[in-house]
Amino acid sequence: CVCVTVSHSQITRLYSRFHSLDKGENGALSREDFQRIPELAINPLGDRIINAFFPEGEDQVNFRGFMRTLAHFRPVEDNEKNKVLTPGEPLNSRTNKLLFAFRLYDLDRDDKISRDELLQVLRMMVGVNISDEQLGSIADRTIQEADTNGDMCISFNEFTKVLEKVDVEQKMSIRFLH
Amino acid sequence: MSNSTYLCLRAVFLVCFIHPLIQGLSADANVVQSPRHRLEPNLTGLPIVTFEWHHVQTPYLVIIWVFVAALAKLSVIELNHHVTSVIPESGMLIIVGFILGGMVWGADKAQTFKLLPATFFFYLLPQIILDASYFMPNKLFFSNLGAILIYAIFGTCWNAAAVGLSLWGCYEAGVMGNLDIGLLQFLLFGSLIAAVDPVAVIAVFEEVHVNEVLFILVFGESLLNDGVTVVLYNVFDAFVALGGPRIDATEIFKGIFSFVVVAFGGSFLGVAFAILLSLLTRCTKHIQIIEAGFVFVVGYLAYLTADMLSLSAILSITFCGVCCQKYVNANMDEKSVTTVRHAMKVLANGSETMIFLFLGITAVDTEIWVWNTGFILLTLLFMIVYRIIGVFLFTWLLNKFRLVPIEVIDQVVMSYGGLRGAVAYGLAAMLDKDKIPEKNLMISTTLIVVYFTVIIQGITMKPLVQWLKVKRAAHSDLKLVEKLNNRAFDHILAAVEDICGRIGDNWWTRGWNRFEEKYICRILMKPKARKNKDYLFNVFHKLNLEDAMNYVSEGERQGSLAFIRSDEAANIDFKKQYGSEFADVMPDIMVDMSNYEFGIENVSVTSIVKDTIPSISRNIHGQDRKNAVDDINAHHVLQQHLYRSRKHHRHKYSRSHFGINQSEDEVQEIFQRTMRSRLESFKSAKTGVNPAKKITKHHKKELTHQIPNGHPEGKDHLYGDEVDSAVGSETGAVNSTFMRDTYTSGAGIENPAFMPDMDSPIHSPPWLMETEMDMAVAPSQRAQRRLPWTPNRLRRLAPMRISTCSTDSFLMADVSLTLEEHEEQPQGDNEDIRPVFE
Repeated sequence: CVCVTVSHSQITRLYSRFHSLDKGENGALSREDFQRIPELAINPLGDRIINAFFPEGEDQVNFRGFMRTLAHFRPVEDNEKNKVLTPGEPLNSRTNKLLFAFRLYDLDRDDKISRDELLQVLRMMVGVNISDEQLGSIADRTIQEADTNGDMCISFNEFTKVLEKVDVEQKMSIRFLH
Repeated sequence: MSNSTYLCLRAVFLVCFIHPLIQGLSADANVVQSPRHRLEPNLTGLPIVTFEWHHVQTPYLVIIWVFVAALAKLSVIELNHHVTSVIPESGMLIIVGFILGGMVWGADKAQTFKLLPATFFFYLLPQIILDASYFMPNKLFFSNLGAILIYAIFGTCWNAAAVGLSLWGCYEAGVMGNLDIGLLQFLLFGSLIAAVDPVAVIAVFEEVHVNEVLFILVFGESLLNDGVTVVLYNVFDAFVALGGPRIDATEIFKGIFSFVVVAFGGSFLGVAFAILLSLLTRCTKHIQIIEAGFVFVVGYLAYLTADMLSLSAILSITFCGVCCQKYVNANMDEKSVTTVRHAMKVLANGSETMIFLFLGITAVDTEIWVWNTGFILLTLLFMIVYRIIGVFLFTWLLNKFRLVPIEVIDQVVMSYGGLRGAVAYGLAAMLDKDKIPEKNLMISTTLIVVYFTVIIQGITMKPLVQWLKVKRAAHSDLKLVEKLNNRAFDHILAAVEDICGRIGDNWWTRGWNRFEEKYICRILMKPKARKNKDYLFNVFHKLNLEDAMNYVSEGERQGSLAFIRSDEAANIDFKKQYGSEFADVMPDIMVDMSNYEFGIENVSVTSIVKDTIPSISRNIHGQDRKNAVDDINAHHVLQQHLYRSRKHHRHKYSRSHFGINQSEDEVQEIFQRTMRSRLESFKSAKTGVNPAKKITKHHKKELTHQIPNGHPEGKDHLYGDEVDSAVGSETGAVNSTFMRDTYTSGAGIENPAFMPDMDSPIHSPPWLMETEMDMAVAPSQRAQRRLPWTPNRLRRLAPMRISTCSTDSFLMADVSLTLEEHEEQPQGDNEDIRPVFE
């Protein structure tokens, strides 16, 4: 377990939020509890993000797990930015943020985004007016831009490399989780 | 060595031409002739040709100087590359100014051509500021506005006070010798020397290319600190005029109050003129040729009006440019947009050149030079030291509140980038000699400071930036994968913010965007522009243009007939893919250019692309062309159809407004889809029944040929169409009214409508109970086929609003569905079901 320091007031706030989401009052959130949040229904990636909260095969997430997932979105501290990838790397480092996003795409957890997985994501994020062929060609081009070893899949390293110019620290951080 | 010969020729030209002019001018400097009276009173015969210098004197001189400035710029640019890469252009121009000044001085023994404050402030400065603000990257500017304001207001006050007081302290200590000067005058001098100058910042930083945030901080500060500078200058000027004894608490309080009035007054005036400009461009549908002129005229008006009311003129023209960009670019014809863009760049460049040139020329004048070593050196020292202290202090304060802290390296560059320029000189030259006897000393010092910052700091800026390994501006184009991921990140962030239930930064942005879409765009933008701007994204346009340009150049390389050669069938039928929509979309593509990635020159190729498209619609050959067209196609399609994240969404919360809007349909789509998938997974989890596969296949077969392979007509698309037709006039309410009900600001998403005891025995997903879905009308045939609910179920739903109070019919409908569900899928594979409906 990697320790992430969150301030006391934040923990209190998030716990009360956790509590208000937990309708069954059993100290854990189920998927239905998340799905009750209306905005998530109109968010294309909403369901996948909900899934990200639940560890493999489980249907309940306790507060610890809740915080653990949210910890990915803490802003990156100055002194943490240049750490080398060590086992003790904090959850909100750039690499881990990217890993979070990567896992949203990579459903079967084989550490590769295949063309089909990419097609699924594209389909979710794009309207119904695009035909399958068009979507397919977009997916092909996306893979081609990222794929360096020619296996027609995007590995995590390729993913990281192709996004190196994107300001992930800013795009995947929420201020009040500081 | 053409460059050097060119230089020599130029020098010769100047000497030969200007010299006699100057002599002629100075000889007749005091003679004013009426232009009408051309001929001498006593004529002896008919003159065939006469030399009418006085007739054209004033405009001729002006034009000659503009011409000389342009030549100077040309020669500076054409110089040996080694020289120009070391010394920034502005520095070179000052040096050329020295040379020219020397020539004028040599001819005249007096400096007849000076940079007069009036000329500078009225004719040279406004266009630079307008240019800067018109091309300001708004998103970056406003997201960093807090930091910019802190630096501009408190940083400048700190600088002014510290420099003034320190100089006074040193004077009292006797370091500067004997001067006729008092505390107030030191403070006045401090206030005029404290301001970072936008012209100098642009001139130096544009060659250095630091990262965007750093640039916007320095540049924004230089623009906004005019508010403070004007106030401080006027206040201390008035104090000096009043004299020391008459200053009491009231006056000081008035001074502070005047800051508020001047700064905010100037800004609001600028915004008012921006509104005026947007409204004007909205109405110019039939007279598009003069649209471009309005921008300049109204911008200049904003500047002068603010100056007339003694408000901050720079702030006024800045906010005018910043606020009107979006609407003006959307409203104007794309040719006008291009015209404005280019004309503004020309004017701004020209002005900048002239300013630096004259800064050099003005130096060559023995009248103004008063040398006081202590004063000058101490000013330089204090200026640098206090700038560094100020920047580090305020950044430390700001980093406590910023999402992405400002790094130390950036702070170093920021403090080093505090360049003073012509504004300081202009203010110094405006001092009243009677009240401030040491005016010349101040002018001299100001000039030395300006030269130091522009030349020396300008020269060393680039090496410093490289040595410190400052993060540079990202030059790359956004690739598809980056674009996709950016959008995904937006969605993710929005979702997590909702889960946390807190109002994040995003909330304000979203709230403002909502407000803006609802009211402001309606007033200020042409209806046609308003419709089309939904479709267009900047990155799409840029990628599209670049691909199109590559395509065209490729085609030209292979000869223009390559298009028509018919070896094989067309791989892509360009026209079919885009249809008429492209033609609609294209003219407005130019509109969002100004919101581009900062700093990149926007090429206007609309006309080129427009002409190209039809000609390549028929036969497209060759693998490379296929790729190019594919790229264009892919980008266009993706960009057009990617769902916008909530940042971009415009939610309509009104129950009474039923207007159909693209984003509403998107929201609806996503919502329907999510609900469906949840329902299925929920069902399969709860009932454990393997529903028949036949429905799935049935749907799939039917639906595949229903989908138009390519394109919707205009804005309708099948899905939205059906639902709208099915649901009649209450569609609009579907979109986000439920959100309205359940969204209570501040306290998180606490749903008042949810009743906890409903979820137990009944097999229905709890979330559906809280939502209000208006399915009030029986659906059409198509809707019945497409929507996941069977006709039975839908009819049952028809008369009822789904709410927490009356779930019975819905629940019963649900139960009857068990047999007709889609195949069971594990929770995580919701997405596989989706293709069924496309």
